[in-house]
Amino acid sequence: MTTTTSLLVPRRPGPLWLLAEVTYRCPLHCAFCYNPVDFAQAGPELATEDWLKVIREAREMGAAQFGISGGEPLLRNDIEILVGEARKLGFYTNLITSGVGLTEARLAALKEAGLDHIQLSFQDATREANDLITNTRTFELKRKVATMTKAAGYPTVINCVLHRTNIDHLDRIIEMAVEIGAEYLELANTQYHGWAFLNREALMPTAAQLAEAEAVTERWKAKLGKKMRILFVTPDYQSKKPKKCMNGWGEVFLSVTPDGLALPCHTARMLPGLEFPDVREHALDWIWHESPLFNRFRGTAWLPETCQSCEDKEKDHGGCRCQAFMLTGNVDATDPVCPKSPDHGLIDAALAKAEQAATVKPLVFRDPKNSRALDRAF
Amino acid sequence: MTTATARPAINRLFRFQWEPAQQAHVLLYPEGMVKLNQSAGEILKRCDGERSVAEIVADLEAAFNASNLSADVEAFLKMADEQNWIEWSPTAPTRPSVAAPQGGAGLPWDCPAEDLQ
Repeated sequence: MTTTTSLLVPRRPGPLWLLAEVTYRCPLHCAFCYNPVDFAQAGPELATEDWLKVIREAREMGAAQFGISGGEPLLRNDIEILVGEARKLGFYTNLITSGVGLTEARLAALKEAGLDHIQLSFQDATREANDLITNTRTFELKRKVATMTKAAGYPTVINCVLHRTNIDHLDRIIEMAVEIGAEYLELANTQYHGWAFLNREALMPTAAQLAEAEAVTERWKAKLGKKMRILFVTPDYQSKKPKKCMNGWGEVFLSVTPDGLALPCHTARMLPGLEFPDVREHALDWIWHESPLFNRFRGTAWLPETCQSCEDKEKDHGGCRCQAFMLTGNVDATDPVCPKSPDHGLIDAALAKAEQAATVKPLVFRDPKNSRALDRAF
Repeated sequence: MTTATARPAINRLFRFQWEPAQQAHVLLYPEGMVKLNQSAGEILKRCDGERSVAEIVADLEAAFNASNLSADVEAFLKMADEQNWIEWSPTAPTRPSVAAPQGGAGLPWDCPAEDLQ
């Protein structure tokens, strides 16, 4: 070894978050999914040993949160092993699931492995609406799973993605979360990535729908206080402010795709002209600190002129890279969500379209057949 | 006195542990982490549902060779309670009503915690 420079420069901290997207397979076919539209063309899934290597390396670098997501992670039969290893190393372990496939026996095995937390997705408060948006019949099952995880001593954490066709049921959705005894409810407005971008017109609520949803949420928050924490995530398009995506590119978050690519955010694999490091070929330490991908949009030096002269550049780092690319075709552009972006008209046009209910397009469901037929990243 | 005899414990929604990479105690919870400063870590380390507030204060005073820490400890526990980090042992007679901080001595309180996510 002849290099000495790393001894002189203090190293940036490692990631705090490791998200393992263990599979793109999913029993649900949600039209708002952020997974890549061409997921059916991804390579074979990582083996258990590959995941164990990633988990060990990330923990060694100081990551403290481990999430297992997908697709539907319960479709793999080794997540008990992954959870067990992560927990043993000191990770806080999170399972992010639709609940489909969570039997009493599997729940007991996960508990035994040391799983700390289960986030259960709900799609709507009525059977008809849940089954419509997921293109499945899963409504009763979700309530059953929520009861089961509560009985196993888990805090009940529910995530519900909001969009044009369920946002008017929000009052009933929150009421249902209270009935189930949820401790946390995350109301995540659809962010338009992957399948959600494809279905943007059909999913985007009107300004009036969104304002009413915020008012409903505030009423419940005041009523419930600490009993149930509600987090309402405002949609980027309607917030007029670009967000510091993932708390900054390569700052705290590292995600690994089912086929082994390391990403600085859930959806970055859609970006063109980048090489995504494979966790089987590189150490996570190299990927985080040295790889061109993780350094590509780190910090603010790379920002375009619109952002360089802006006083908020440290606050938002120019917004979301994927959003900028999907909307403008330029990965280096200012996120058009920002009113200062020269492309902000694209956002205004999308919002104006949402007000014209008559033109709404039919939903395209996330399934392998559509994925292959569409053959596109978003 | 209610305050002094109440027994705080870490809320089951959180996990309290030492993080070598942070060189700090942290509270882990669903998808998040609170990094604690040394004082907060030392207090929460003693919140085991067994020790009363008075015992925790006495223990800290002995460990750090300090005195008059009760106001600081109580102020921190009040904040921790508001943040839901702690719960009170069922055998405690009532939830304590904790007085506001009185200036106090000994431990650095300026930055009790840093919310990372």
